[in-house]
Amino acid sequence: MRKLAVDVVVIGGGSTGAGVVRDVAMRGFSTVLVERADLGQGTTGRFHGLLHSGGRYVVSDPESARECASENEILTRIQASAIESTGGYFVTCPGDDPTFADKFLAGAADTGVWAREVSVAEALRNEPRLNPGISRAIEVRDGTVDGWKLVWGAANSARNYGAQILTYHRVTKIETEAGKVTAVRCTNLRSGDEVLIECDFVLNCAGPWAGQIAAMAGAHPVEVVPGRGIMIAMNHRLVNRVINRCIYPADGDILVPAHTVSIIGTTDVKVDDPDNLAIEAGEVQQMLDAGEVLIPGFRNSRALHAWAGARPLIKDDRVAASDTRHMSRGMAVIDHTTRDGLDGMLTIGGGKLTTYRLMAEHIVDAMCEKRGEHRDCRTAAEPVPGSESGRTHLVSDRLHDREHDRFDEQIICECELMSRKMFTDALASQPAGSFDDLRRQLRLGMGPCQGGFCSVRATGIALDAGHLDSERANGLLRLFLKNRWIGLWPILYGDQVRQTALDNWIFQGTLDIEHLPQPTSEVAL
Amino acid sequence: MNGEDTSSELSTGLEFAGHALSRASLDACVKCTICETQCPVAAVTPLFSGPKFVGPQAERFRNGESVDHSLDYCSSCGTCTLVCPQGVQIAELNSQARAVMKVGHMPLRDRLIGQTVLMGTLMTPVAPLARAVLNNKPLRKVMEVVVGVHADAPMPPPQSQTFESWFAKRPTPAGPFPRGAVVFFHGCAGGYFEVETSKKSVEVLERLGFEVLVPKQGCCGLAQQSNGLFKQASASVLKLCDDLRTAGKDLTIISSSGSCTGMLKHEASEIMGVDDERLRDVGTRTRDIMEFLLDLHEAGELPTDFATVEMTVPYHAPCQLKSQGIGKPALEVLRLIPGLTVVDSNATCCGIAGTYGLKKEKYEVAQAVGKPLFDMVKATNPELALCDTETCRWQIEQSSGVKTEHPIWMIHKAYGLS
Repeated sequence: MRKLAVDVVVIGGGSTGAGVVRDVAMRGFSTVLVERADLGQGTTGRFHGLLHSGGRYVVSDPESARECASENEILTRIQASAIESTGGYFVTCPGDDPTFADKFLAGAADTGVWAREVSVAEALRNEPRLNPGISRAIEVRDGTVDGWKLVWGAANSARNYGAQILTYHRVTKIETEAGKVTAVRCTNLRSGDEVLIECDFVLNCAGPWAGQIAAMAGAHPVEVVPGRGIMIAMNHRLVNRVINRCIYPADGDILVPAHTVSIIGTTDVKVDDPDNLAIEAGEVQQMLDAGEVLIPGFRNSRALHAWAGARPLIKDDRVAASDTRHMSRGMAVIDHTTRDGLDGMLTIGGGKLTTYRLMAEHIVDAMCEKRGEHRDCRTAAEPVPGSESGRTHLVSDRLHDREHDRFDEQIICECELMSRKMFTDALASQPAGSFDDLRRQLRLGMGPCQGGFCSVRATGIALDAGHLDSERANGLLRLFLKNRWIGLWPILYGDQVRQTALDNWIFQGTLDIEHLPQPTSEVAL
Repeated sequence: MNGEDTSSELSTGLEFAGHALSRASLDACVKCTICETQCPVAAVTPLFSGPKFVGPQAERFRNGESVDHSLDYCSSCGTCTLVCPQGVQIAELNSQARAVMKVGHMPLRDRLIGQTVLMGTLMTPVAPLARAVLNNKPLRKVMEVVVGVHADAPMPPPQSQTFESWFAKRPTPAGPFPRGAVVFFHGCAGGYFEVETSKKSVEVLERLGFEVLVPKQGCCGLAQQSNGLFKQASASVLKLCDDLRTAGKDLTIISSSGSCTGMLKHEASEIMGVDDERLRDVGTRTRDIMEFLLDLHEAGELPTDFATVEMTVPYHAPCQLKSQGIGKPALEVLRLIPGLTVVDSNATCCGIAGTYGLKKEKYEVAQAVGKPLFDMVKATNPELALCDTETCRWQIEQSSGVKTEHPIWMIHKAYGLS
């Protein structure tokens, strides 16, 4: 058994956990982050990529609106490389109440969220695919954010301050002694080794899984109500700004131009198990119909991939348990001392990706207070590694890069313009990584062909680099394609069917991937 | 026109591009790579990243800005769009991206070489001098350095008389014209430089019994379009439509300028997004002259009393004719002439692609593209080759040394008109 000893164990490698471990490390504590899968593989990797301006909440949740507006500014400064400052519009579509825009403008003024009504003509000139029937348009400072890049930026910053990041480690037990947390036990899922981490504080940042983690310490049940939302990525940017419907927040009212795709979201359905999120055909249709309201012709555009994420909402007695959209999105820190008589553990829930840094600040402040010491939070002031220049991302960045290395570099993933060097560099730094781990950092296989051409190339290069044997290579390739398929089958209509058919001919007809030699047990990680 | 402010070009760049439609077509790309295998430019140089890369792939990374300047190595021959089995408007996407890229830094040369009418007007009155200048190596070297037009690139052959002047001054043809009237669209090249081709076209049409009307007409704007000057090109093409419509309603419009017909038929709408009833009216009435003759033949209305021409001649179908989706009508019509053996070049492109091969930085690429064609032409008949479009003829003739004429010359000859 491997043994570690630190001040603080952070559980959960989503945006909250990564933000918390960074904050903890920057305040001078020794710390370890434990995540059962890869960083950003849960809710953080399964959202629509929106960096809120606050506009969405100016009427329904003014406090969230204020927080979003100020965190948007901070993140754009400290995590510039993960963010594209696209700007956004709130538009009143045919049939929507036109007076909501007045409430919106009043709410924006009250909360200090920047907003400016523009003429319909201006909005249509800037976004020609918008529904020409819109009656009002309000410009806001929405942006887009790459959740994986954001999490890795925070994690790398934490590492620079001495934190350890243990991915693919599942927590099995939180040890307590005399009403106080003493250690966290976990299993390295790739090696099977047990790891015991002695500590005097646990910060539970497991999002929709926070209830399960709290239970491992013997705490009373924490009621986290996972709210499932589905999202669909369309093949290209139908718009270059975030488009929101100017209505009280509802399903399918946001279209986000994230990287090369546009993402429509989202639904909201209460579920019991955050590990089992279905993508229902009815919800897919609902999203396509909602997209059609914003962008005429949306239904005929090519859908690439669908996914579902679980919101980590803490139960709030003010609304019915089945209505997760209107539960508190404001963050909630649960103090297990007063609640369960258990010292050394705090749980955080609620919140949203845009406010992940602020959530971290709150929970670490609470921890410091419980420890009876004061240490300043410095996370808002210092850029994470890779964002020092303050230059925000542009969709054209990769095209620009490939233009400059086009004589020297092979392109492995043509859809997402990933060069061979990008892949081999990432592989060298994570030789045990699965192709999905690399995908989250490189966008490998996330374009129109969904791995049809690039997955095989990447596998060959990984094998060639000597990081794995041919059986594991085959196993990883099949796992990668299986995971792509999960997001493909719910949207198999129109142009993507043709692509999928071609891909399948290649995989089954030409390469016979089903029958390649592979490890006796299916590769799962 | 050189003084245009750039912001007004920008506002017309994308909006006028009909860009939304081309962009939507990228959804059909399945990455099959057929376009890359057929691209004549990518086959000869690594400078161009290829149509799939520059078109449907790169377009997903464009946000109203073109950062990939190498896309300018696309010659706009249109082969990619023609061969795409999924209907992606690859060449159109490339042309639009180029237009956006050049906003604000349009080279003087690219403005000048789009000024086809101006060139013709300046050169015709001083044709012998113009010819001498264009054939003078030291002067061409100076021109290469100053303007950027390669010293060895083919140039339009200046003529002493314009087609318009010939048409006005010739004795009025006696007729009769039992088949009614058609409109002849000569294009700039056919008006100023390829005057013989235009004359022969008119004479063939009159022999067939058509009254030929030639309204005063301007430029179709193709050269401006292919250089990314969409605003000027759109104005030109609509002005031309007005001109051609003055000749009469519903009349067939016939041209021996194969690339200009392409502009009217589909390029102005598909590349620049010109959405105008006048263009639709003119575009649907426009026929390439060889297409028109083949239509007559298929209707049993083309006299085939051709004289025997004992000859083997190479024929090259230009890209911009193939893009019109009419097959290779010249090949079929020429094969009606007894004794004549017509050999299809089966070459993708001659390299010139309008004005591409004139440019000093692209000259070598264009020569490499055309090399198999030049070799084929020389081997087939060192005396004569046939090709439907002007700049392609100039390119073939200059690079192979083989005299190259429009197929109508052969028809004219076989009807005993020359």
